[in-house]
Amino acid sequence: MTLRLSNIAKTFPDGTRALLPTDLEISQGEIVSLLGPSGCGKSTLLRIIAGLETPDTGARVMFEGEDVTRQSVETRRIGMVFQSYALFPNMSVRGNIGYGLKMQKLGRAEIDARVNEVIALCRLDAQADRAITALSGGQRQRVALARAVAPRPRVLLLDEPLSALDAALRAELRDELALLLRQFGITAIFVTHDQTEAMAIADRVAVMRQGEVAQIGTPEALYRNPATGFIARFIGDAMPLEGRIEADRLYLPGGVLDLPKSAEGHEVLVRPEDIRLDPDGPLAARVEAVTFLGTHYRLALADASQGVIFALHTGLSAPRPGDDLRLSIAPEALLILPRERTA
Amino acid sequence: MKSVTRTLPLIVTLLACAFLLIPIIQSVLAGLTVNYFRGLSSGLTLKWIGEVWTLYSGSIFLSIRLALACLIVTLILGVPAAYALARNPGRASRVLEEFISLPLAVPGLALALALLQLYGSYKGFRTSWSFILVGHVLYTMPFMVRSVLSVLAAIDLKTLEEGAASLGAGPARRFIDIVVPNALPGILAGALTVVTLSIGEFNLTWMLHTPYLKTLPVGLADSYASMRLEIASAYTLVFFVMIVPLLMAMQWASARAQRIAR
Repeated sequence: MTLRLSNIAKTFPDGTRALLPTDLEISQGEIVSLLGPSGCGKSTLLRIIAGLETPDTGARVMFEGEDVTRQSVETRRIGMVFQSYALFPNMSVRGNIGYGLKMQKLGRAEIDARVNEVIALCRLDAQADRAITALSGGQRQRVALARAVAPRPRVLLLDEPLSALDAALRAELRDELALLLRQFGITAIFVTHDQTEAMAIADRVAVMRQGEVAQIGTPEALYRNPATGFIARFIGDAMPLEGRIEADRLYLPGGVLDLPKSAEGHEVLVRPEDIRLDPDGPLAARVEAVTFLGTHYRLALADASQGVIFALHTGLSAPRPGDDLRLSIAPEALLILPRERTA
Repeated sequence: MKSVTRTLPLIVTLLACAFLLIPIIQSVLAGLTVNYFRGLSSGLTLKWIGEVWTLYSGSIFLSIRLALACLIVTLILGVPAAYALARNPGRASRVLEEFISLPLAVPGLALALALLQLYGSYKGFRTSWSFILVGHVLYTMPFMVRSVLSVLAAIDLKTLEEGAASLGAGPARRFIDIVVPNALPGILAGALTVVTLSIGEFNLTWMLHTPYLKTLPVGLADSYASMRLEIASAYTLVFFVMIVPLLMAMQWASARAQRIAR
C-alpha cells in the first residue's frame, strides 16, 4: 500500500510543537525508518499514522488514495508493534496472535490456519500455547510482531521495537526483523533512535530533528551525502574539525589541511575511519587514550583540532598514550557542509 | 537468659490468643449446651440451632439476598467507575475517588439518618428491602472501586488498549476482552469484601430496618435482647459459620490482588 502524508503537524494542548508540517510518501512494500534523538517527533508522527494521535487541522493521511485522517485506529486496518509490546497477559501466545483475526470476525478454522501460518513464520511453534508471562524478551518481541501482521494490515508500524531488549539480543533480532519484514512484504514504518538499527532494516531512512524531517534517503545516500552537519554527526559519527577557514585551506591547531574546494562559511567534518596515521601527514597530534576493539584500535587524539577527535586504526600494534604522531585525511573524505544555526 | 527472650514472647502470644479465643469458645459452647447455667454437665444439644433456624431463617436469607444484590450493583457501577478513574488520572479523578470513599469516614448511623431524612417519606421504598440495599451499596462501593482501581493502576492499561484498538477492537470489546480479565484479581477481592461487609453490616442496617426486614446482625441483636442466652449463642455460632469462610476467602483474594498490583 502506498502511504501519503501531507501537512502533518502536531501541537500539544500546552503549546509545544511536537511536529512541524511534514510531508512523506512511502510506496508499496517499502520499509522506512524514522530516525532521530528522543523528542524529535518521530513517535508522534508514527502515532498520527496509526490514528492514536490527532494531527492539527489541515493534515491529510492517505492510505492507497483513501483519506483516513478522520478514521479511528480500530478501523484503519494497521498493525502496530509497541515498545513495551502491549501483549495481553490474559491470553496465550495463540490468543494474542489470533485476536486481530477474531476482531475481523473470521471463522474458527480460518483463524487457526492463519495463526499457525504466522507462528511458523515467526518460529514460535514451541511457545504457541504458553502464557505471555512465560516468554523471554526476544520471544515476546516476535509474538508482538506476529500479532501485528496476522490480520494482514495495510501498513505495519513499529515503535522502537528492539529497545526493550538487551544489547546482544538486539543485534541478533535486528537482522531477524529485517528478514521477516522483507518476507511479509508489507509497507512498514519503524521508529528508532539507533542509527545502526535504521541502516540495517530500512530501505529509506528519514532523519528527524526538532519536529522536522531533516533529510530522507537510502542509508548509503545519507552516509555519503549528508545534507547537514547534524546528519553527518548522527549517521556515522562525523566529528567537526574546528579551525579557521581561508578559501580552500583549513588552519587547525595541529597544522593546515588542504580542502577540495573553497569552504568559507561552511563547517568541515570527518569520520573516524577516514583519519590515517601517516608519518608525512600535515597534522600533528598527541595520543590521549587507546581502546582495543578487536578488529581495530580506537584512538583519542588531542591537539590536532580543538578538543579530542577519534581515529580508527587497524594494525597489529597501536601507538601508546602520550605518543606524538602525524595524521593525514584524504581531501575527498572531508565533509564540507553549510554551517547550521546552533540548536 | 536466652530462654527468657524466647519464652516471654511466647507467653504473651499465648495469653493474647487466649484472651481472644476463650470468649469465642465459651459462646460457641453456650449455644451447644442444654442448660448454660448448669454448664456442660447438662449435656450437648443441637436443639438451639434448630430454634435459631425456625426463628431467624428469614434473616439469613434476607442477608444473603441483600449481599448478592449489593454485589451485583457494586459490580455494575463500581468496575466501570474504577476503569474511568484509571483511564483519566488527574486531580478531578482523585477528588472523585475521595468522594466515593466518603462513606468510609462518615459513621453508618449518620449515613442512615441522611437516607431516612431524604427517602423516609416514600413509604413503598422505606419499607422495601431495596432501601437497606441502597445503604449497603453506599457503604461497600468504595471497597469495590479501590480494589479494582489498585489493580488497574498497576498495569499499562493505556498501551494494552491501544494494542487492542490497533487490532480492530472497539471500546466495548476492549472493556470486555482486555480491561475486565486483567482487572479480575481486583474484582474478586472487591467482590468478597463487599459480600462480607454486607452480611456483617450492623450500624446502618439497624437504623434502616423494619420489624419485617431483619438482617443477620440485626437478628443477632434482637436475639440477645429477647431470647434465652443459649439461642443467642447458637445464633452467634451460625453467624460465625457464615462469615468466617468469607473472611478467609477475602484475605486470600486481597493478598493475591496486592501481589499483582505490586
